[in-house]
Amino acid sequence: MSITEILFWFLSVLTLVSAIMVLISKNPVHSVLWLIATFFAISGHYILLNAQFLAIVNLIVYAGAIMVLFLFVIMLMNLDVAIEPKRSMWMKFAGVISGGLLLAVLLSVVRTSVDLTNKTAQLNTGDIGLIKNLGHTLFTQYAVPFEVSSILFLSAMVGAVVIGKKN
Amino acid sequence: MQLINALLQANTTAVATATGTAADYFPIGIQLLFAIGFVAVMIGGSHLLGPKRRTADKLENFTSGIESHGTARQPMAIKYFLVAILFVLFDVEVIFFYPYAVNFRDLGWQGFGEVLLFVSFFLIGFIYIIKKGALIWED
Repeated sequence: MSITEILFWFLSVLTLVSAIMVLISKNPVHSVLWLIATFFAISGHYILLNAQFLAIVNLIVYAGAIMVLFLFVIMLMNLDVAIEPKRSMWMKFAGVISGGLLLAVLLSVVRTSVDLTNKTAQLNTGDIGLIKNLGHTLFTQYAVPFEVSSILFLSAMVGAVVIGKKN
Repeated sequence: MQLINALLQANTTAVATATGTAADYFPIGIQLLFAIGFVAVMIGGSHLLGPKRRTADKLENFTSGIESHGTARQPMAIKYFLVAILFVLFDVEVIFFYPYAVNFRDLGWQGFGEVLLFVSFFLIGFIYIIKKGALIWED
């Protein structure tokens, strides 16, 4: 096994284990911490796929900023043990069934897709994910969507202030 | 010795191809491992070596000498959330500067104009936030 393969398997196991830990942790703060571990592992995958900009964005925005937001949301809610809602057995059963069906659909799509058969992920090849190439495409070919996104950010700011501020 | 060889090799490949492959991240990986290992060894070492005298008084939560009452699970003010969400927005803004900084010379005045427009939209938003007093902490 080459180093890339070892890294791939290590990161895959890390991603899956921490994602499962997000779901089965009783403490919501522990769930968020495991989610951060998941994001770090996925960033490692991005680096293996030569998508370095995506890896950095994932770390800075998701593991850094969005996770703080998640923690604040948890602290905004009154998560006492006493008022934890009890979910019935049927709810859990329905959740497992619907989640399993979604997994089955995704797996069958990936398995039968024409674009994906007999192809493996491009490890260590391709250079559109590198910051220089991506920036060049973004600022020449996709300049208008880039400017439109700033208007989106402006509306998000106004929305946050209007909702968060009383007067 | 092997480690140094690997480091040097990673460096030469970076210079030779100048595209940046996953192999270039080997030094960063080493640094990350070292950072995690250092913190783990220090915390674990002080935990193992340090003296422990567990009395009821010492295990009590420290609340600056005031008697603690209630739980820590209090719902907190929305203004923390407002600051956090504004932080996320400006964080995403900064993200766009990285690809621009790398391509700064190639893009020239056209790219500068694009980024200036982008930043001016954010500046409008920032002025709006300041005017609305969203960052004023005291009610």
